[in-house]
Order: sequence, then structure tokens, then C-alpha cells
Amino acid sequence: MVGNPNVGKTSLFNRLTGQHARVGNYPGITVERRVGTLKLPTLGAPSELVDVPGCYSLSSRSPEEQIALKSVLGFDGFPIPDLVVCVVDAGQLTRNLYLALQVAEFRVPLLIVINMIDEVRDNSIDAAQVGEVFGVPCVPVSARTGFGFDALRTAISQALKSPPWPKLQPRYPDALMRTIDQVADAFPPGWRRNVEHDRALALWALTSIEDDDELEGIPPEARERVLGVHRETSGTAMDEAVITARYALLDDLEPRFFGKVPDAHERLSATKRIDQVLLHPVFGFAIFIVLMLLMFQSLFAWSDPAISLIESAFGALAGLVTEFLPANSFRDLLTEGVIGGVGNVVVFLPQILLLFLFIGVLEDSGYMARVAYLMDRIMRVLGLHGRAFVPMLSGFACAVPAILATRTMERQRDRLLTMLVVPLMTCSARLPVYTLIIAALFPPTNIFGALPVQGLLMVGMYVFSMLVSLIAAWVLGRTVVKGKSIPLILELPPYRLPRISTTLSMMWQRAASFLREAGSVILVCTIVLWALLSFPKPSEATPTRAADSVQQVVDRHAAATAIEQSYGGQLGKLLEPAIAPLGFDWKIGVGIIGAFAAREVFVSTMGLVYGIGDVGDDDTPLREKIKRETRSDGSPVYSPLTGLSLMIFFALACQCISTLSVVRRETRSWRWPMFLFGYMTLLAYAASFVVYQGGRLLGF
Amino acid sequence: MTLAQSRVGDVVAIEAVEGDRSFRRRLLELGLVPGTQITFLGVAPLGDPLQLTVRGCKLSIRRSEALQIRVRLTEELRAPASLVPGATVSA
Repeated sequence: MVGNPNVGKTSLFNRLTGQHARVGNYPGITVERRVGTLKLPTLGAPSELVDVPGCYSLSSRSPEEQIALKSVLGFDGFPIPDLVVCVVDAGQLTRNLYLALQVAEFRVPLLIVINMIDEVRDNSIDAAQVGEVFGVPCVPVSARTGFGFDALRTAISQALKSPPWPKLQPRYPDALMRTIDQVADAFPPGWRRNVEHDRALALWALTSIEDDDELEGIPPEARERVLGVHRETSGTAMDEAVITARYALLDDLEPRFFGKVPDAHERLSATKRIDQVLLHPVFGFAIFIVLMLLMFQSLFAWSDPAISLIESAFGALAGLVTEFLPANSFRDLLTEGVIGGVGNVVVFLPQILLLFLFIGVLEDSGYMARVAYLMDRIMRVLGLHGRAFVPMLSGFACAVPAILATRTMERQRDRLLTMLVVPLMTCSARLPVYTLIIAALFPPTNIFGALPVQGLLMVGMYVFSMLVSLIAAWVLGRTVVKGKSIPLILELPPYRLPRISTTLSMMWQRAASFLREAGSVILVCTIVLWALLSFPKPSEATPTRAADSVQQVVDRHAAATAIEQSYGGQLGKLLEPAIAPLGFDWKIGVGIIGAFAAREVFVSTMGLVYGIGDVGDDDTPLREKIKRETRSDGSPVYSPLTGLSLMIFFALACQCISTLSVVRRETRSWRWPMFLFGYMTLLAYAASFVVYQGGRLLGF
Repeated sequence: MTLAQSRVGDVVAIEAVEGDRSFRRRLLELGLVPGTQITFLGVAPLGDPLQLTVRGCKLSIRRSEALQIRVRLTEELRAPASLVPGATVSA
């Protein structure tokens, strides 16, 4: 199924395939691939429907853009389709039919579906005429109301049994036809099928191939021939000749498609009126800011109770296991490794689900494009695209769903740049670390009489992370993730009421695919970290029973020693000379290692290291311990300067396996997560170093 | 004149699209072929990007991109909208 973006393909797809759909990826490419099965009347076996990402044309410059072509023709490992369903929008018929015309030129079995027929009043479109002009079946439907779906299913099953071959061909100038035949000859036999197909392929090559394109799998002779042609007639002139010929044909035929003369502005009028408010320079912007704040606030407020619920559920589960199994390493593996690991994954679900829900509503209603429009100017200063705004904003809650949200961006390069910068935003997991440090090491006083030091510091950390991410975006965009940024050319679709069932099902499908793939990595890493901090076990101390309160202290002390002697602890000691210039000691080193599983784990790991036991919500005992901790010479280990250095380290370091795992999944390679980890760690170390050593020089 | 020089409410017809190849191709494929009518709707709060209507569709492009679209003001300024969506203006 192909079609322009925003024609309601997803709703149509969902209506046809119901619950039998899956979200996945195309190999080597970070584009969503939706496949579903449907049972059609009069056909025995079920059919498979593949939803091809929306596109305006088959011409391509990159592997992502080539997907539509490969899907339609069945090249390069893609199966040859038995039928191509082209979905068009009733309100923009001519422009949408441009794609259908391209498919028709290839002479593949085609069926045209005119969606959103309910939005064009007075039934002014003559679907039968459209079908007759193309020589294929044409069915008007409304995915929103369900109108026309019986006819659609029947038409599809008939088309599968008896393939409809399109007969519409634009007329190209003779000179162009000669060039087309020349290029067609340059394709090797495996690519050629019949005259029309070969010509269409040549046309595609002439309007796609360039010196610096990123196309994959083009036969070298064909590429050479096309580049040769371009040396005589420029690629641009070729594009213009071909595209204007196609539109000339469509514009000529247009009067036949409309039974009655429709009012072009009827459908757009409601949208226009809404946009006069929502895109108003002042009010529109204000409304936008309010909406974003609300969205962001709900993301926190609504997910918090769910997160606590999940945490207590898993805590209870661990408690159960602790009760029923004998105390040994296996039990610990289960509780802290497996249950802890799965918990670490599931705990992301509330925020992911909510974020996908919001994004789904924004996209389906059409407002998302307006967000990109309003923010483009600002985002562009950073070398980012307007569409990067929502993912960046989501990064304030959690980088994981934010990175998943970059899928709304078309171009790989923009998506990658956004993914590399989002982890620098102050996510909610850093807050417990900041809270602990600020409360332990900075006085609850005011400076300048009125401004609380502690509050200012917190705000300062947010501002700091925003500044660094802006600078990082600017730098990375010019160096590592260089590339022509695409022009904006954003379509602002008409406002539509999203279909709840479609939005919800997309949300579930995306969340499920996250759980499947990122989840396994996070689980494994949690187990590994647990092992590092639990082994080797210290030799069993002789059990002398003491009074309960004393026993508790003894137990905690034993636990602290156990950590010190574990591999993790040894690693911490190994790290100590490296992190000493930042003002850290080995205990903080262990905390940092533990924080890789999840940043909040820093607090609980520190609790263990200091023999506090379960830190939980009340970290006062830990704070006290940190304040009073002294070195052998009596000087305090932790000073406000150390605290600042530590916070800055946390602000910039990539201490989140979940983030790395999601980036790996989204970029389909190890290179980018490693780069992300590397550059952020370097940045964190450098900043921390400057702050600590600079502070010492200044006498703090 | 270029599209960037139009004023809000202007209805213009495309004469030519300049700029780099993929930009031009994308605009052409969206139906902005020479002769097509564009209605200029307005700008974003910071002056950039611009909003326009073309062939029944709302598009948004950057000012730097609009500078590369040569247009001419059509006679039917503020006249009723063309009856058939996307009809080309006869040259």
C-alpha cells in the first residue's frame, strides 16, 4: 500500500488488518515497516498487506526513499507484490494521483483507493471515471467512518485474482523518449521486464541518480549512462521535462474526475480558520507554549503514580522470592538481576506509552506539522529541523521515549543528530542525584537575600544542560553528522479528529517493539552489573548473635564491605586515580558504575557503599553520612565543589544503558551508541575537571 | 518577483523554480510546476517559515527557499478561487 503522507493510510491499514499487524523495521534502515494480514472474501488463504512509508513520488535520493520503489517493483530482496494499492486523498486528488501515475507507468497491477471521501462534500468526485482513465479499479472510502470498506475488500480480492493492468501513460517529447530508451538499454537483464516497465525504470533513474546521491544497488552501467545523459541535458532540466509532462496529463484529465464543480476552499476553510488562531504570531505561539507545558507536565504527573506502582509491584515480587527461596546467589540473581532488570525495562512503559499517545494525537490531528512550523526558525539555528522540537522537549522527561520519537523526522541525518543531543537534556532520572547532592552539600540559605541557593542550583543545572545541548547540536551538526540538511517543504495537513483506535493501536505497537528489542539488552546489562557488585563474596563472618539494632548495623557494615571487595568495588578502586582530579573517590566511582543501569541507581548504590542500607525515599541518613565523611587527614571528602563537579559529571555523562540500547536499535549499528557514550563521557570528564580544578585554583 | 516578496493574500502564478536539484524536484513533484497558482497565506511568528496554499494543500517553506521561486502576480487578485482545484493558469 502506497500513498502520500497524511492520506490516512494508517487508519485504512488498521481497518483492513484489524489486530493482525506488527511494527518492525526495514533491514539496514530506521524506517518503520508495518505488515498485517487480512482475510478477503472469496479468497482461500489470507493475504499480506505491507504499509509502505508515505511518499510523494518514487524518485529517490537515499536508501529510505528507495523503499517505495523496491516495494512496488520487488527488487533487492523485496517480494514482487501481486497488487499495489495506491491511496489518495479526495481533497487533493490531482497531486496525489501523481504517485499513482508513476506506479501506473511501471505497469504493475494497481488499485486506487480514494480516502477521506467524507471530507469532500456533495460527492463531487467520480471514482468510476478515475478508474476508467487509469484502467484500474478505483474505490472511494472513508477510513474514518468505515464507508466503502466492503466494496474495497471485494475489489482487492478480485484484483488479486485477476490483476488489473493500468493503461495510462504520459506523453513525453520525442527527444526525451530516445534518451529514455538509451538508459533503459543500460540496465542489465535481471532488471528488465517489459517495454513499459523498462522505460519507467529509466525515467526513474534519470530523475533520481546524481553524482552525490546515496542510492543503493544501482547497476554501474546504468548509473554511468544516466550521468552521461546529465552532462548533456542537466538533471534539473530532465526533472522538469518529466514532471511537467505528467502534471500536464493530470491537469488535462482533471475535469473528468469531478462530477460536479467543487468548491476548492470548502474543506480548507475550517482548517484556515483554526490556523488563524493557532498559527497567529502572538496567540498561536502562546497557545503552543501552553500546550507544550501541559503535555510535558502531564507526562510527569501521570506517569509518576504508574512508575511508583510498577516499582512497588516489582519490589513486592522480589520480596516474595526472598521469602520463599533460601538465601544464596541464585536467589539474589533472581531478585536483583532478573526481577530488577525486567523492572528497569517495564518502568519505562508509562512514559513511553504516554509520549507515544501524545505524539500520535499531535500527528493524527495535524498539529504536529504546526509545531514544526512554529519552531523551525529556532531549531534551524542549531542545525536541527523543526520536527526535532518534540523529541528534544521529551528529553526532559526521559531520553528513551524521546529517541524513539525521532521517528517522526524524515531524514536520517536529522534524526541522528537529534538522537545524539537528546541525552544531554536533564532527564528525570538525574533529579534524585541532584537532590541528594544539593541537599547534602549546599546550605539551605539565600544569596542576595531572596534567592535560595539550593533552588538556584537546580535551575542552574537545567539551564546548563540546555546550553550544552545547543552547543553540541551546533558542533556535531557541522562535524560528525554533516550532511545536506533537507529543505523544509512541510505539508500542513487539514485538521482532523484523530481516530482513537488508530492512535491507541500505534501506541501499543511501538511500545511492544521497544520492549522486545531494547528490553533484552537492558535486562542483560542489569544482570551483569549486579554480578559485578556481588562477586566475589567475602568469606562468611562467624555469626555472633547480637541485639537486633546492633545486628542491623553489623549487617549493613558487612554489606558495605562486600561491595568494597566485589569486582565492582575493585573497579571503583581502579578508577580512583582517574577520577581523583575530578574530586571523586572510589566510593563515588562505584556509584557511577552502578548508575549505568539507571541513573537513579546511583543513590541506592551509594547507600549500600556507605552501609546505610535501603535508602528508599528518605535519604537523610545518606546525606548526613556524605557530609561527615572525612579522609585520613581529617579533611572532608565531600565539599560543595566536589558536589558541583559530581553534578556536572552526571549532567553530561551518558550513564544510561537504556539510552545506549535504544540508540543502537534505532541506528541499527554499534557505531553511534559507542560514539554517543564516548563523546559524552569525554565532555563530562572535561567539564568536571575544569570545574573542580578551576574551583581549587580559585580557593574553594 | 520571487515568492518571498509577495504579500499576505497575494495569489501568484509560478514562472520558474531555481535552487538545487533535489529542492526543485521536490517542489515540482508537489505540483508547483510553472503556471500553477499559489496563494500566500502568511509567516510564522519569527518571520520564517512561510505558509502557502497550492493545489488544495497547505505547504510551509523557508524564506530562503521562497527566494528561489519566481512568480508573477496574477490578474485574479482576490477574485473567487478557481473552480476546479489546482487548475493551471493559462499563460
